[in-house]
Amino acid sequence: MDCGSPHVGLTDGVGARFARLESPLTDKRRSLRDAIAEHVHDGDAIALGLALESGIPFAAVHELIRQQRRDLTLIGPISDMAFDQLIAAGTVAKVIAAWVGNVAGGSGYGFRRAYEQGVPRRIVMEDHSNFTVGLALKAAAMGLPYLPTLTGIGGDIVRGHPRIRPVDDPFGGPPLLAVGALKPDVAIIHVQRADAQGNTHLWGNLGLTVEAAYAARRTIVICEEVVPDEVIRSDPNRTVIPGFLTTAVVEEPGGALPSSVQGYWRRDFEPFLRYHRISRSVEGFQAWLREWVLDLPDRPAYLRHMGDAALERLRVRDRRLAAAANFAP
Amino acid sequence: MIATYTRRELMVVAAAREIRDGEVVFVGMRLPLLGFGLAKATHAPNAVGLFENGVIRDRPAEAFIYTMGDPPNIAGAVACLGLNDVMSLLQQGRVDVGFIGGAEIDPQGNLNTTRTSSGGSLVRLPGSGGGGDIASLAGRTVLIMEHEPRRFRERVDYITSPGHFRGRRRGGPATLITTLGVFDLSEGAVRASSLHPGVTPEQVRQATGFPITIDDHVPATAVPSPDELAYVRQADPEGFWTGDSMKSR
Repeated sequence: MDCGSPHVGLTDGVGARFARLESPLTDKRRSLRDAIAEHVHDGDAIALGLALESGIPFAAVHELIRQQRRDLTLIGPISDMAFDQLIAAGTVAKVIAAWVGNVAGGSGYGFRRAYEQGVPRRIVMEDHSNFTVGLALKAAAMGLPYLPTLTGIGGDIVRGHPRIRPVDDPFGGPPLLAVGALKPDVAIIHVQRADAQGNTHLWGNLGLTVEAAYAARRTIVICEEVVPDEVIRSDPNRTVIPGFLTTAVVEEPGGALPSSVQGYWRRDFEPFLRYHRISRSVEGFQAWLREWVLDLPDRPAYLRHMGDAALERLRVRDRRLAAAANFAP
Repeated sequence: MIATYTRRELMVVAAAREIRDGEVVFVGMRLPLLGFGLAKATHAPNAVGLFENGVIRDRPAEAFIYTMGDPPNIAGAVACLGLNDVMSLLQQGRVDVGFIGGAEIDPQGNLNTTRTSSGGSLVRLPGSGGGGDIASLAGRTVLIMEHEPRRFRERVDYITSPGHFRGRRRGGPATLITTLGVFDLSEGAVRASSLHPGVTPEQVRQATGFPITIDDHVPATAVPSPDELAYVRQADPEGFWTGDSMKSR
């Protein structure tokens, strides 16, 4: 992106005169490997796939598998095939989600094998609808024990649910359901850009990204580009996560592929279908895992393995820029 | 008459016709993605679409989309909010009609997309997604299903998306569109509104695992018009969603 001329001089006035007021802000940039090693531990509850079908942090998913995390709890609305890969690789003990599968293909065979047969290990499933995942994260983001809702009444998801209970309306209305707060240990999100302090711009699909980042104890922001903080300050309404909530910033272009990133990458559809076919058997999954995760050291190697032609086909070259907003005081 | 359209094209057209002009629509995955665009392009130019990822559109997506999160569904949107924002509008009662699919259905319009059994062994399905929310909170729902005996159950194993039940505050299943016909569910029982051209009542009864009302003079589902077909084929040029076999599935 062009982050050259527009913000030159933004800090000349106030910034120059009050330079001493600027605190020495921490540079939170890390490699993906270090960010995962330092901030995601065995047994952690991790929220990811929060923007639904786009911006899924597949690079981080694969790094979690390479670093052999164990006993993770996964949190998300729908996860496309990211949760399936983590489950099939044996990293997961529990899933808190509304939908686990493959959006293009339907079933997630890794998830099914774990749930139905305990292969490669048993998992505990906490079923939700998208809205109850959203409310659970929102309650935690608001610092509340629960939020009331009307969704799910009359269905089986909420029956005997560990996190959803009937509650009386203190104002005398009909009974409601209370959705208990859900506080992830870590939220992992993929965005377009952030500065080195973790002030984060995201546009396009938001899903539950904001709620999860606010609710989580730690947030790892993976971005297409680390930009100067003036870029962030030029459009503060686009900041979805203020930097003090961010634990680590990882610049990892293409880190969400094969999912899309608005303005950067189209969705690469074929890998979803290919994974759906090959993961039908354990052997197929293992072959996939070796080729696309274990035999590759990192995301740049994954992109090289995809090949230049594929990357060029997926890279967004067109420009459709938002109209500028005047923030002059 | 020689069929010049696929069954799924017919289903998309039937789905589009469930949308009235000016309505606020909660658009689901797969066929409703096309149905919403078709309704906008034909009889419901003032419909507004809400997508569970937070997107609000008043124009169809600009190019073919596999999922609601694909970039052509974001470009030209009127708003990109959060999931909780559009779900809040749904909960508030601002959504007229929502679309949901299911793996299993019963006569009350309960849908199961969570877990079932096959030959005595447990089968785990993906889960609710936004389906349970749309079923609970939309002004009315349109259900879209494959019409097979194992999917039409006297009682579903698990109610992921509640149908009609005592104490329901609003909404409930209004219409069921299947591979065989269009059915009215608004009375808490299943009555055929139309059968797709060439489909017999006997065929439908055999594919339905519970009693179903089919009047002697049930009409045939209106076939897609040339304009409707032209739109669907432009929106799904390779027949990914609307081809006869739904490619790769």
